[in-house]
Amino acid sequence: MEESLFAPGHRACAGCGMPTAVKLVLDAAGPNTIVASPTGCLEVTSTPFPESSWRVPWVHSLFENAAAVASGVEVALKRFKKTDINVLVIGGDGSTFDIGFGAISGMFDRGHRITYVCYDNEAYMNTGVQRSASTPFCAKTTTTPTGKMSLGNPRPKKDMPAIAVAHGVPYVATASIAYPVDLRRKVKMSLSADGPAYIQVNAPCITGWSFEAGDAIEQSRLAVDTCLLPLIEYVDGVLVGVKKVRRKRPVEDYLKTQGRYRHLFKVEGGAEVIAQIQAMADANAEKFGLLD
Amino acid sequence: MKKVVEGSYGIADAVRCCSPDVISVYPITPQTHIVEHISEFVAGGKLDCEYINVESEHSSLSSLIGASAAGARTYTSTTSQGLALMFEVLFNVSGMRLPIVMTTVNRALSAPLSIWNDQQDAMAAREAGWIQIYAENVQEAIDLTPQLYKISEDPEILTPSMACMDGFILTHVYEPVEFLDIEKVREFLPPYRPEDVLDPNDPKTFGAFADPSWFTEFRYLQFQAMERAKNKIAQVSKEFEEVFGRGYGGLIDTYSMEDAEIALVTMGSVVGTVKEAIDGLRSEGVKVGLVKIRSYRPFPEEELKEALKDANVIATIEKDVSIGYESALLTDLKAAFYNSPIRVPIVGFAAGLGGRDIGIKDIRSIVERASRVKDSGIEAEFEIFGVKRECL
Repeated sequence: MEESLFAPGHRACAGCGMPTAVKLVLDAAGPNTIVASPTGCLEVTSTPFPESSWRVPWVHSLFENAAAVASGVEVALKRFKKTDINVLVIGGDGSTFDIGFGAISGMFDRGHRITYVCYDNEAYMNTGVQRSASTPFCAKTTTTPTGKMSLGNPRPKKDMPAIAVAHGVPYVATASIAYPVDLRRKVKMSLSADGPAYIQVNAPCITGWSFEAGDAIEQSRLAVDTCLLPLIEYVDGVLVGVKKVRRKRPVEDYLKTQGRYRHLFKVEGGAEVIAQIQAMADANAEKFGLLD
Repeated sequence: MKKVVEGSYGIADAVRCCSPDVISVYPITPQTHIVEHISEFVAGGKLDCEYINVESEHSSLSSLIGASAAGARTYTSTTSQGLALMFEVLFNVSGMRLPIVMTTVNRALSAPLSIWNDQQDAMAAREAGWIQIYAENVQEAIDLTPQLYKISEDPEILTPSMACMDGFILTHVYEPVEFLDIEKVREFLPPYRPEDVLDPNDPKTFGAFADPSWFTEFRYLQFQAMERAKNKIAQVSKEFEEVFGRGYGGLIDTYSMEDAEIALVTMGSVVGTVKEAIDGLRSEGVKVGLVKIRSYRPFPEEELKEALKDANVIATIEKDVSIGYESALLTDLKAAFYNSPIRVPIVGFAAGLGGRDIGIKDIRSIVERASRVKDSGIEAEFEIFGVKRECL
């Protein structure tokens, strides 16, 4: 077996979904690739000086500027006529949905040939599970705790893929670590796009979501099977690919296995919330035609 | 042959002569004319580079991090709020040892909003690990540009630098200047060939995090490089003079200091006014001189002590306030003398804040006050000069 471009020995939690996502993305992109990452779990677990897990050139600057840093790499490569090199951003949802949002919008707007990969674990996990704009409705985080007055995060997840599509980004897709062949294909597709690309990869977090270690891939599969995570693909703004769900499962099957949703099964009003989340899943199935 | 041009045009032309690979810009008054002129050069085919319009100053400097790490010579310019928005990026650039060169147009920081000149913006960034050199006039700002690339890109230095020039006073003034000759600049400034770059054939990690067992060493190496920059700045200034015939001294320059009893210390465009005031005062028999600080970071401690050792009183004039404790240059200057046997009274004046003009009569007033210190001791170490107390 070929050596992975993301070396073992990194400090990510055993069973974390993120390194799996990173390995799949890098191995699909190949060695002729430069990666920029924002501050976050990936950065701190992969580069404790003087060690590094990166077998491709990699640059980290700050939390909110990876898209701008990558823009600079891309134009420098253009200057040096090395446009055959892939430029990737790989960053978490905090830097993507929230603090780095402006820089990503700028990168999309300028039309750089960069694939922006968000490994989406749905909260600020590196700082200890705080709510991000990617946190789903009524999930418990350390800044959206549950209590007499709260059922967790009061807002639904921000629709980043739609925002990317609205920028006129030529290739936009969602993916899951539970579907590695699909993810690898999408990475390859993105790299042939004539302009920016955005891929959002669902990467469950053991500590933040609170599930059994070893279940990350199963969790991501459940997200797909419940239709909470539609795997979709847009080329030039047109929906061209949808991963069909063969046997749609109720959202309870997903929610009940995660500590972040446990309160919904205990407190008054929880059942109504579960019904609302089920309605969101049903709406996804309808909107994207996830079911045959 | 000299030509009369706007200061911003002069800077844009100097940047052109340095052949940057990547320029990243965001507009902000009074820096905007510089990047407008640069964009005209690019559009007209006079400057061959990658030029990007980004969505914020945070991203203009951040994009240069990527470009510089990929081996590009880079340029941007900003001012005031833009520099403040870059604040964390400034530290990041210097910590990553990327030799980015930026023109910092000096302007006040809001609130209240002011688009006019003072030097609060750059002074607030003095700890950021950037070389800061302040230009007296447009010609010096032009000539600084290739010098800073040569200093910053030196493998022994690898420290970013800013050419500081006063907003409007220098950016918008029309002055006769000597343009740089691009061929001579090429002779003076070697191409940028960094050892460490982002290259798939030799993958390296840039921007790893350092735990407490390593962080101090990174800072120490930066500090050492900044110390080495002191000699480098002086040496490059000499080399520039040899090629272009214009010299500016090293870290500091002096004017009428030979027998000066009253020494003024300042930096930036007010230097010209101070020189003229000194000429007048000298003709009246007042023994006053000037030390012009060119390099504020690294701070020219030894040079200042040497230049000021025979004065009877020193007065700083600076366009910044450290709200809570006097002004930065005054504090630094006093610190430089504290452990030396030289005992000279030092007083400081914050003046020209938010673009208020500093005229010859103001300099004369400051000299008059410094003279009273010489005769009867210090009454107030620090003063915000020219306050309209009657309105308060």
